[in-house]
Amino acid sequence: MTKPNNFAVLKPTPSSASLQYDPMTVSRFLGTMSPWTLFAIFAVLLIWPTIASAQSGEAVRPFNALWRWMPFLITKGFLFNVLISFLCLVIGTGAGVVLGLGQISQRRFIRAVSWLITQLFRNSPWLVILFIVMLALPYEMTIFGEVYYYPAWIKAVLGLSLPVMANISEIVRGAIRSVPNTQWEASEALAFTRNQTLWRIILPQCFKRMIPPWMNWYAILTMATPLVSILGVDDVVNLTRQAIVAENNRPELLMPFFGFVLILFFAYCYPIARLTLRLERKFAVKL
Amino acid sequence: MTTSAPWTPDQPIVSLRDVYKSFGSLEVLKGINIDIMKGEVICIIGPSGSGKSTLIRCINALNDIQKGSIKVEGQEVHTDKLNKLELRKKIGMVFQQYNLFPHKTALQNVMMAPLLVLKEDKASTEKRARELLAKVRLADKEDAYPGELSGGQQQRVAIARSLAMQPDIMLFDEVTAALDPETVKEVLLTIKELAAEGMTCILVTHEMGFAREVADHIYFTDRGVIVEHGAPETFFDNAQDERTKLFLSQIL
Ligand SMILES: Nc1ncnc2c1ncn2[C@@H]1O[C@H](COP(=O)(O)OP(=O)(O)OP(=O)(O)O)[C@@H](O)[C@H]1O
Ligand SMILES: [Mg+2]
Repeated sequence: MTKPNNFAVLKPTPSSASLQYDPMTVSRFLGTMSPWTLFAIFAVLLIWPTIASAQSGEAVRPFNALWRWMPFLITKGFLFNVLISFLCLVIGTGAGVVLGLGQISQRRFIRAVSWLITQLFRNSPWLVILFIVMLALPYEMTIFGEVYYYPAWIKAVLGLSLPVMANISEIVRGAIRSVPNTQWEASEALAFTRNQTLWRIILPQCFKRMIPPWMNWYAILTMATPLVSILGVDDVVNLTRQAIVAENNRPELLMPFFGFVLILFFAYCYPIARLTLRLERKFAVKL
Repeated sequence: MTTSAPWTPDQPIVSLRDVYKSFGSLEVLKGINIDIMKGEVICIIGPSGSGKSTLIRCINALNDIQKGSIKVEGQEVHTDKLNKLELRKKIGMVFQQYNLFPHKTALQNVMMAPLLVLKEDKASTEKRARELLAKVRLADKEDAYPGELSGGQQQRVAIARSLAMQPDIMLFDEVTAALDPETVKEVLLTIKELAAEGMTCILVTHEMGFAREVADHIYFTDRGVIVEHGAPETFFDNAQDERTKLFLSQIL
């Protein structure tokens, strides 16, 4: 008459040792920098070409060139990176939540598959994932006999969404696990169904806890968007390269131009990291 | 749920027969037999680790069992066909650590289950929830979050939360063990009133004075078996078993 213990509320698949890795490192590193870092980078960028081209007396000219290209690099380049990051975040979050809930499913099979997908995309190099997606997906899709062509950057978005998805999945799983088991028991004793318990009791309690790591991954994702340039998508890095070519490939342009790109990313991600750390501290106090 | 002979109030409302339970190779319950009649109050006492919590958690199927039979209002709990939700609607449970929902106010904690599980309408649920909070003397704490309440207050909200489901049976698992002596009294008073109203109560407790006062029957468990049981007077004043005597001498 023995039957398996089907009363246990949660039996997570044991996670790998990677749990010890603190995924908030990026935000901690960025967020604890002094705001003056931005000016320090500026200063270095100013001094570098000045020294480099002091002999030729052309110190000012690289900045003239940069000044001319700036609006183009921001609007056509960096904002495109931001767009890519947003789309990846939306897709990655949606898919990641589903996958994370899959990881705590009561069905063994769903749990195992979700865990496998999560670990696979979480522990693979982003660029490799990106390459595979770019090469594996066709350039066109036939829906009801009509052929649709879609640009390469859409595939890049899909490729970057996958590791984001996997990391969101871990955030969701970890947050749910962080709610004491006794909350599940109390809900069970009150005759809540499992879904009611999850959506009405557990998730509302850990929702806030998911926000800082989620934002942290957004910052990481944003900084990873230049990867798409390797695959021929015209993001800010590719456009910068093209701009330098258009300016006759002069070597003294390299630092100011790419330095400018660096500043753009820093200026965008730094506030996010600061906010992430603030929220982390704020939400850490309450259970 | 299996429908054998229909249950009538002259039969035990909860009946355990030869219940065995083990966690892996650790045998925790080794042949437990208990009968509880409707309106009865029983107390289970015994040393730590003797399986008291496990025992009462089996009654509302928070733990499964390996062998034996548990019947609640005539319906078998130890079966694959068990409708757990129906069982748990009949049985309220209060935990040592209160386990209130921290993101909800006291009133919301009490209202949640009737709204979501019994699908009752909001107005009548709210009315009853307020009455219950008043009954446990917390009418002025309706909008407080659990984090803003003392242990004793939280525990009384937890009792109200269970009562809101209008259960036939209440399980209490050392509900005063985490409280300081001052607040223990408030909670015991609440339980006493409940018992006086005729609620069937199964209590695990270390409060011997309380057990003596409120219980109809005392069960003493040690290492997974019921060593001795009886009415409070006989049990406390006339214990026969050596283990019981030792335990009582240590605790009283
Ligand atoms: N989920 C579990 N898995 C494995 N062992 C368990 C589990 N729950 C309880 N046990 C073990 O079963 C035994 C009885 O535990 P139980 O909690 O029922 O004791 P208790 O009489 O309530 O003790 P206490 O007075 O300390 O609360 C203990 O040895 C405990 O370690
Ligand atoms: Mg116990």
